[in-house]
Amino acid sequence: MFASGEAPVYRPFSFRSQQILHHHIASVEKLPLTASGCPLLIRCKNFRTAHFVVGQERDCHEVYVSLLKLSQPVKPEELYAFSYNPKMPKDNREAGWKLIDVKVDYQRMGIPNDYWEITDFNKDYEVCSTYSPHLALPKAATKGTVLASAKFRSRGRIPVLSYFHKENNAAICRCSQPLSGFNARCPEDEQLLQAIGEANPGSPFMYVVDTRPKLNAIANRAAGKGYENVDNYDNIRFKFIGIENIHVMRSSLQKLLEVCETKSPSMSDFLTGLENSGWLRHIKAVMDAGVFLAKAVKEEKASVLVHCSDGWDRTAQVCSVACLLLDPFYRTFKGFMFLIEKEWIAMGHKFSHRCGHLDGDPKEVSPVFTQFVECTWQLMQQFPCAFAFNERFLFEIHDHVFSCQFGNFLGTCHKEREDLKIFEKTHSLWPFLLQRKQEFRNPLYKGFAAYKELRPNTFPYSFQFWCGLYNRFDKGMHPKQCVLDHLLGCIRQRLELEDAAAELEEKLPLADGLPLEETSTLSKLTTASTGCSKSPMVNTPQDYGESPPLILANGSLARKEREGPDCLPKSQEGLANPLGVLESELVAANGSAQLDAPALNLQDH
Amino acid sequence: MEFAELIKTPRADNVVLHRPFYPVVEGTLCLTGHHLIFSSRRQDNVEELWLLHSNIDSIEKRFIGSLGTIIVKCKDLRIIQLDIPGMEESLNIASSIEALSTLDSITLMYPFFYRPMFEVVEDGWHSFLPEREFEFLSSVTNEWRLSYINKDFSVCPSYPPIVTVPKSIDDESLLKVAMFRHGGRFPVLSYYHKKNGMVMMRSSQPLTGTNGKRCKEDEKLINATLRAGKRGYIIDTRALNVAQQARAKGGGFEQEVHYPQWRRIHKSIERYNILQESLIKLVEACNDQSHNMDRWLSKLESSNWLTHIKEILTTACLAAQCIDREGASVLVHGTEGTDSTLQVTSLAQIILDPRCRTIRGFEALIEREWLQAGHPFQQRCAQSAYSNSKQKWEAPVFLLFLDCVWQILRQFPCSFEFNYHFLLMLFEHSYASQFGTFLGNNENERCKLKLPQKTMSLWSWVNRPEELSRFKNPLFEANSLVIWPSVAPQSLQLWEGVFLRWNRSSKFLDESYEEMINIIKYNKELQVKVNMLRRQLAELETDDSTQDDGISESP
Repeated sequence: MFASGEAPVYRPFSFRSQQILHHHIASVEKLPLTASGCPLLIRCKNFRTAHFVVGQERDCHEVYVSLLKLSQPVKPEELYAFSYNPKMPKDNREAGWKLIDVKVDYQRMGIPNDYWEITDFNKDYEVCSTYSPHLALPKAATKGTVLASAKFRSRGRIPVLSYFHKENNAAICRCSQPLSGFNARCPEDEQLLQAIGEANPGSPFMYVVDTRPKLNAIANRAAGKGYENVDNYDNIRFKFIGIENIHVMRSSLQKLLEVCETKSPSMSDFLTGLENSGWLRHIKAVMDAGVFLAKAVKEEKASVLVHCSDGWDRTAQVCSVACLLLDPFYRTFKGFMFLIEKEWIAMGHKFSHRCGHLDGDPKEVSPVFTQFVECTWQLMQQFPCAFAFNERFLFEIHDHVFSCQFGNFLGTCHKEREDLKIFEKTHSLWPFLLQRKQEFRNPLYKGFAAYKELRPNTFPYSFQFWCGLYNRFDKGMHPKQCVLDHLLGCIRQRLELEDAAAELEEKLPLADGLPLEETSTLSKLTTASTGCSKSPMVNTPQDYGESPPLILANGSLARKEREGPDCLPKSQEGLANPLGVLESELVAANGSAQLDAPALNLQDH
Repeated sequence: MEFAELIKTPRADNVVLHRPFYPVVEGTLCLTGHHLIFSSRRQDNVEELWLLHSNIDSIEKRFIGSLGTIIVKCKDLRIIQLDIPGMEESLNIASSIEALSTLDSITLMYPFFYRPMFEVVEDGWHSFLPEREFEFLSSVTNEWRLSYINKDFSVCPSYPPIVTVPKSIDDESLLKVAMFRHGGRFPVLSYYHKKNGMVMMRSSQPLTGTNGKRCKEDEKLINATLRAGKRGYIIDTRALNVAQQARAKGGGFEQEVHYPQWRRIHKSIERYNILQESLIKLVEACNDQSHNMDRWLSKLESSNWLTHIKEILTTACLAAQCIDREGASVLVHGTEGTDSTLQVTSLAQIILDPRCRTIRGFEALIEREWLQAGHPFQQRCAQSAYSNSKQKWEAPVFLLFLDCVWQILRQFPCSFEFNYHFLLMLFEHSYASQFGTFLGNNENERCKLKLPQKTMSLWSWVNRPEELSRFKNPLFEANSLVIWPSVAPQSLQLWEGVFLRWNRSSKFLDESYEEMINIIKYNKELQVKVNMLRRQLAELETDDSTQDDGISESP
């Protein structure tokens, strides 16, 4: 093991094919000393857990201390993105940053139009320091109105356009809570809301959705914040949707991960743990809110204004889920990137704090973005043909939100990223992802036009536990043959075959005359000799070969590897507690088996 | 008895039908001896619903004024509602449905009246004869023989006439062993593992009683399956304390002193009413219309359905592990050897034997390990999740088995020749069917009922190419390896195809399945085309070269 401390910054250290980025380390824990050495438990933000055994306690402590330090840099300049050098020409790097420009997405929606325009009111961050300089606002709103409204909204986060539904002029707007207290009001804020309402002449009213539980919102009034008083605003319908705050979400994930990490839990333990974590309840709450927004826009043709407290966590989740439901564009590669740029990055979701990029307040960390990624995945489960990308694309994005390898997710808002000179000094993630489109594509995708809006089923049974993410590195738990790989193999094969056919047809102008009956017998005769007949399963084998499969392999074998040759159990011992054998096998297959090897390496050093 | 006696109102008009995923529709309801038929004529579009009475699990009736409402709950878990004008008509129809759906005479069941509209290519009643299975066995080993000792079902009423036993054990000994085993179910061969010659046997519990009775022939029979110096495992599907309690009723388990070469392992697979209650609770949870996540998860948990799945799979994996990895022979039994025993032996075979993962092989497995092995389908599948009556014999033992197969199929989507629809179809037919396959509790009863002569076999229908195509898994790539499923809770899921089937539309999942088939089919067609072109080109080139030769020779 090699903690790259001597260099000023962080190259990922690697063992075999695995690597753990320092930035991915969520926690390092020293476990009680054992006979073989000093165990070190590393938990990662991408839900990998790694056990190391370091021979000497002193070494272990040193590793421990340096990992702690390296995983939580103090200064932003120490982040990996500032030293990451993919050896790319400067022009390409700059073009990379221009690849996903939120203004282009507004243009796609048809803005500017009669009702909406992109303003530069915020070019000097005069309106709001955590918004981007370009804000989409109703044409009717003057700068004066906007500036006054900003004083009445928490952190100046005024209502701005998030999504415009071209078909019916309904819009989704977002903001932070009003500083209404018990009875304060602001005529300009009321005007701004009215302007938003009037920008959708087809609807006599607009929804104002507070995504907090009602009690939380009421409690905020005592602090001079709160929610809109319906009496003061014309034609609004006010609604609470109870999504819990970042602290509840953090501890929910914590509990979920404890359940995932439990060694050989019973079914009951697992389901009870899953229930008690509340995780799926929160996911459902976010999804329900997204569905509400989408329905309002699509079916009621009404505009919606969404906020929570600051309007950068729950609001971002809800707006982006609604966008995914309403517009097939956001289900494409680029569309999904636009969505993340638009709803998360540009609108000031505090990635740096929520993901704990730097040594900071642990109470600011919360899996808000992870929940959005999971909502996307839940939708992919219900609509397997509606997304251009597959699960691995989500993993990759989720990884890089924490990796700090690219500049996109650094800092907390656009202004901070400018101050950090992100656009000059770092690379954007998106072009790197687009390059790998082939591996991230969804072979079942039916194209942009196949589904317009999605109406997911939101009964509790429609939400599945996402084993692929939270037990991502416990390979033993995953299906042993991967349909995705199989189908991606088919797609590759299809391209090869189409090329081959085209080439042959060119050589053979008379080819199409052959009767079909003959062709089928032909194929039987010749498949064996052509390269294409090799089974697509080749792409997705479980590790059969000579060695026994990891999972549920003979208990004694795995133990042999783990505990050294002298405790080779007799066959009956392997079965003394058969359930135990099976399940410890599972654990071995996921956790320790793959990590034993590096542990041995460690002792060598 | 005439069915007409039970049908006081054979037909009602202006009936309104509510069913999952379809708009409410008005039409005519007819009752026949075996079917509830609803048909509507709307815009020249005839919509029909045919429901077997035997598929009806229970009904509820309500009245609002003179409008009667009958809620029909089916064994395949579907719920439909019929609004029938007229108090008397409604009552008549409800009582007819009740009577017709609970006929106790098997010979009045639909399979005895069903006349197939298709041509029988292969009679399913003769598709899986034990003699033919034995031919395969004798090609790899000569240590086993067929015994006809039970040909008149006198030794063991729940065994088939022909069983496979060790060659060295004569019929006389078998008789004695049968006396020592519950219900006469002496140990017989269930599976022979070609790879290492290890075997799996199954039986019922030994009748040791409280004073530890022994039977030398039983010991001899079991030991005859062991290689010299090898040990075997007895997997008792009951927890130790349950097995111990069984001694008080004359049952028991093999004691170490008398079976020194065997090591006993107790696993706990639940039976009867516990399983039935689990199914009832699970289905109730799935039908819960509240939007409360905690409630759903808590109900799912307390139904224990997935716990049973995990327990059964784990035991089957254990049996397979003993055979394949430990190189030991295995004897599996519970109490009667007709339920949990069969779950374990049949799942272990799916794990070990690639043949069982083909359509034919899976049918043969069901025939061998369930039908001929005497799983009492008639008793177990008499009622499903909506039954109110508390009869003691119903249990979703076979459904749990199918669910476990579904779990393995999910984890090894390329290793099975059949797809989810095939498993679903088997579930449906095991509870209500036009075919005679799942009627009766054992071969003895089937023989007496003359099912092969009087009814059609399910296999005769399924194995026709036009039906088979629906059940084929497009991802299938024959795989000769042992497949080890994960039994971690994270890896086991609710079988939505059965339990959520009527609660949420499967439109988008069906579309993705179609898409997958298309992708694979298109590639196959392309492959054929490319091959054809290649051959044409090759022919053309040979033609050219002979022509060239001709030209070059001519001057």
